[in-house]
Amino acid sequence: MNENDQDRMKKLLQQALPRVGGETELERDLWPAMLRRLDQRPEAPPWFDWALLVGLVGFAAALPASVPVLLYYL
Amino acid sequence: MNGIAETAEDGREGPKELLAFRQGSPENFEDAFETLFRKHQRAVYCWILRIVRDPAAAEDLTVETFWRIHRAHARFDPSRGFEGWARRIATHAAFDWLRTRRTECELPADISAPIIADPAITEEIRRKTALAFRRLPPKLRIAAVLAVVEELPQKEVAEALGISVAAIKLRVFRALRLLRKDLASQGIRP
Repeated sequence: MNENDQDRMKKLLQQALPRVGGETELERDLWPAMLRRLDQRPEAPPWFDWALLVGLVGFAAALPASVPVLLYYL
Repeated sequence: MNGIAETAEDGREGPKELLAFRQGSPENFEDAFETLFRKHQRAVYCWILRIVRDPAAAEDLTVETFWRIHRAHARFDPSRGFEGWARRIATHAAFDWLRTRRTECELPADISAPIIADPAITEEIRRKTALAFRRLPPKLRIAAVLAVVEELPQKEVAEALGISVAAIKLRVFRALRLLRKDLASQGIRP
């Protein structure tokens, strides 16, 4: 893809997704929601997260060459 | 004119406030946290909205960002400023959200600024481009949306993502190339 193609793709993307900008107003104060979030007890990670972690560590230990590929996709 | 940095210029909190946030007593910490939240919530919201482009999700992610900030306050370095740190955490929270979201669901209502539409680009091409963009890997989407759509300086985007400017350029290039390939497979040749 040359520079002209890149420029065309950028222009198309800007037409498809116009910019939001940094001037958007927040419609409500989020502090009450923040207080509710702080009052919640932290959730323990589900068992399948631990299983996935163990699997990934095992896979990386068995095939160290796969580590850069795993890191890329994580 | 972009989000968090802009807010800091308008009303930068004093070093005492930041120190209270970092190492104050529990009462001082909660006060400092509330002050920082109230001062920066809009800027964090705007930053996240630019990435996720969904106001309801941006509100939830703003709360999630500050919750992560609250948990990680011991790692905050006051000498490096609050804005950049908050922006990085917000970017990671948005990234996590994009990773778990289905790409084929409905596009959110248009929250963007009005544009002067190019007559050569039809509404259908715009819609297909937007959908193809949502199919890109989240880390490419974030780089492209901030650097190309929002036209933010690449250095600023690199700092928010914690990577180099060269890596941002590469991600933008890869995003555009994948997008072009996706559109070409649908018979659209930009």
